Amino acid sequence: MKKYYLGIDLGSTTSKAVIIDEQDNIIGRGITNTRSNYEVAAEIAKQSAIYNARFYLLQQRLHDVLEQHPEYKRYIKEMKDAFEYLQFSTRLERLRKQFLLTAETTAKDETLRNAMTAEVERIVREIQAETKEEYLEKDLGSKSQFFRDIVGEKYNEKVSRLAKAYFEPMMLLFDKSINPVENEMISFEFKHLVEESMNLLNEKYAHLADQKNAGHSIHFDAELNLLKGNYQTVSDSLKEHINYVSQEEFHIANMVGTGYGRALLPFPESCIKSEILCHAFGAHAIFPNTRTVLDIGGQDTKAIQVDQYGLVTSFHMNDRCAAGCGRYLGYIADELNISLNELGPLAVSAQKEVTICSTCTVFAGAELRELLNVGEKREDILAGLHRAIVMRAMSLLARSGGVRNEFTFTGGVARNQAVLKYVSELVLKNYGQDLTINVHTDSIFMGALGGAMFARRNIEVALPSKKKNQELAEAD
Amino acid sequence: MSKEVVKEKSMVLQKEMLGKHFIELSRTHETGKKVVYTFVPGNLSELILAFGMLPVYPEINALQSGMRKKSGSFIREAEKMGHSEDVCTYVKCDIGMMLNGNIGPTGEKLPPPDLLLLSYTGCFTFMKWFESLERLYPGVPVAMLHTPYQENGEMTEEMTNYMVEQLKQEVIPKMEMVSGNKYDESKLAGILENSAKAEDLIVKIFSTTKNRPSPIDAYFAGVYYIGPINSGFRGTPEAVTYYEALYEEILERVRLGLGPITPEGEMEEERFRLVVEGPPNWTSFREFWKLFYDMGAVVVASSYTKVGGMHDLGFRHDPAQPLASLGKYCMNCYTNLNLPQRIDLLAKYITEYHADGFLVNSIKSCNSFSAGQLLMMRQLEERLGIPVSFIESDLVDPRYFSYSNIKNRLDSFFQMLDQRKIIKGQMEETTA
Repeated sequence: MKKYYLGIDLGSTTSKAVIIDEQDNIIGRGITNTRSNYEVAAEIAKQSAIYNARFYLLQQRLHDVLEQHPEYKRYIKEMKDAFEYLQFSTRLERLRKQFLLTAETTAKDETLRNAMTAEVERIVREIQAETKEEYLEKDLGSKSQFFRDIVGEKYNEKVSRLAKAYFEPMMLLFDKSINPVENEMISFEFKHLVEESMNLLNEKYAHLADQKNAGHSIHFDAELNLLKGNYQTVSDSLKEHINYVSQEEFHIANMVGTGYGRALLPFPESCIKSEILCHAFGAHAIFPNTRTVLDIGGQDTKAIQVDQYGLVTSFHMNDRCAAGCGRYLGYIADELNISLNELGPLAVSAQKEVTICSTCTVFAGAELRELLNVGEKREDILAGLHRAIVMRAMSLLARSGGVRNEFTFTGGVARNQAVLKYVSELVLKNYGQDLTINVHTDSIFMGALGGAMFARRNIEVALPSKKKNQELAEAD
Repeated sequence: MSKEVVKEKSMVLQKEMLGKHFIELSRTHETGKKVVYTFVPGNLSELILAFGMLPVYPEINALQSGMRKKSGSFIREAEKMGHSEDVCTYVKCDIGMMLNGNIGPTGEKLPPPDLLLLSYTGCFTFMKWFESLERLYPGVPVAMLHTPYQENGEMTEEMTNYMVEQLKQEVIPKMEMVSGNKYDESKLAGILENSAKAEDLIVKIFSTTKNRPSPIDAYFAGVYYIGPINSGFRGTPEAVTYYEALYEEILERVRLGLGPITPEGEMEEERFRLVVEGPPNWTSFREFWKLFYDMGAVVVASSYTKVGGMHDLGFRHDPAQPLASLGKYCMNCYTNLNLPQRIDLLAKYITEYHADGFLVNSIKSCNSFSAGQLLMMRQLEERLGIPVSFIESDLVDPRYFSYSNIKNRLDSFFQMLDQRKIIKGQMEETTA
């Protein structure tokens, strides 16, 4: 039986899981922003990493086919999107029920309750339809947004269009309903969900064929063009492989938990590791020449120096204040009433950078309002704010010993393109233009990856060197 | 069983010495003995004793208040008077204690100072501290002793002469005036003879940590061991007796192959050997120590336990040249060394004591310790390739000890050392 290793990183904002095989290859990753209960969060992240791993295995099995037939590649990609949509849709249905339950217990006035119920039903229907389209047609799945963010954004927008009297009670309804739903562990049967995903896709492709007949042009999308003719063949030939990967048992030989919630994990002590070690080890595994790692997470920033083995030689963390971390950005997004994902693109579009003096999250909110009042543009202020965050990270980097060699930027905040822009700019400016700067699309998973890698190494008998020694000893 | 009894002996001796001292202090209004307030780094205890006066160390009172969980309210008292949040918390704690009746660590009231002996050794705050005390005790004479910084990493003859001149012209005349006694050099020489004996012993005691396992913790337990030598007993026969007893007890532990005794019990397994720079936190001293104990980490050498004198570098008080040796002693104290000297010293500790890691506990309150610590850490890391870590806390302000932050960093540091041992071994094995 194949052995797999699991790393779980319970961060202050998100929980991540990574599964690796015996060669340290990442075969699955999962993420959730559930955080009220770390045990549930760990389980949700793990389940989603296992789904992800099954898709990985599927792609592995079909490697040659995928190389030669782009339509298969496309089909699997869209199947994953549909798979995500179905999970989303199941949770949305739970949310609908929770809305009704909450309305029942909180809205005392019957007329108001009935009106709210009707509005909620309508809003959920609309969200259902919109997200279906966005997942199946517009690539929402690849944006790695969380259930709460997607639903919240749409819900807010719809509620703001209602009569003023509804605003407060409807927002309260959301706040009271979202947590239990977000924190609920919903188990899906992989095979069943994949089959449903295929049904959805086949429906979509059949519809495409109709569109063609109706005169719509889809000639610009070659893969889709290929699919619309033979989606049935593609899906039929996939079934056998899907059966196989659905049955694959993921034997987790060892696991390691890290991150702020690590002490709460039901793992033995030897399976709990500091996130500093895990982030560094993960980043070093992806970029082996890395000597300095900067990790900006939800509530802390870490500057870590590593040696040639990926082992930490020293580190520095922010103390006493979260300004400069992900939560700071979340706070600013709330203040501006925009989503976290919009911050980076807005800041990058700035014409200038407004100087932000505050080093405190709460004060920065006040400063932001002040600057808006005096007529500064939102994107220019945001550019200044992003720069201020990076300046703090740079000071931490300097305290940790600076950037000595190849530099790797990790953590959830590494997804923000404005932060990335300033980090690159300032690192090059301060430590030399010819430095290599690494950022990986999986930056947020580095801690979990490091954890999984430690999990694999901590089983001493499995180590090649140990085996070799054992054999030598036996030979004697 | 026997080791418990032996262990008790030095502790009992220390307790008796300190108890007697504070009783004596509380009775000065009857005995007429004069009281000198002064500082630990570069202290002139022997000179004070030679004039038959009693020393009081506000720094030690402040750290005792911290350990007895009283510093928080004392600091608030001082802040009410207008001392800002950024002022050294030893100062604020001490002032708060005075405002609260000046009750010392043993519960006895401390007498007001008859003389403030302001020995300036690498800490500007000392001057401001005694300026504040001067206002609290109007009319009290102040004797200023300015110790030149070892800017070029050496003590020149001119510097020694400068110190001796200050002793002769400023310190001794004021002591004569306050005590009513004439300066007696032969008496001072006799006291210094005992100082040198105690210093010989303390050097031997702190060298025992070269053993594996180390029989003592040179930081957490070390602060108890330096108690007598730093709080006015250096130069007394009692101190010599105490250190003889302590050394015997430690040698016995070495013979038996035992690790350090901690408040949580004896350390069973020595997993990591550390060198620590910077004073400890006093308000959560036991919790702080326990974090090390839980991980099997033993501090084998620390700079803080050398604040009272760099005897391990060879300095001894010299009865043959009393005033010159007092001057040299002051210039030689740890916070008066320049950064390259401090780095060399720590590097020597790391190498000679076979440390696995180097840790800085940077103190918000203490500029004389904290300035340059990051640079020192970097240089040690580069020079020796040793894993390092940096944590931040405070001396006696409980608001600046964040248990979870410190635990998180220490956990990471210890795991870092652990993983290094495991994985480095494996990697080297594989590549070999």
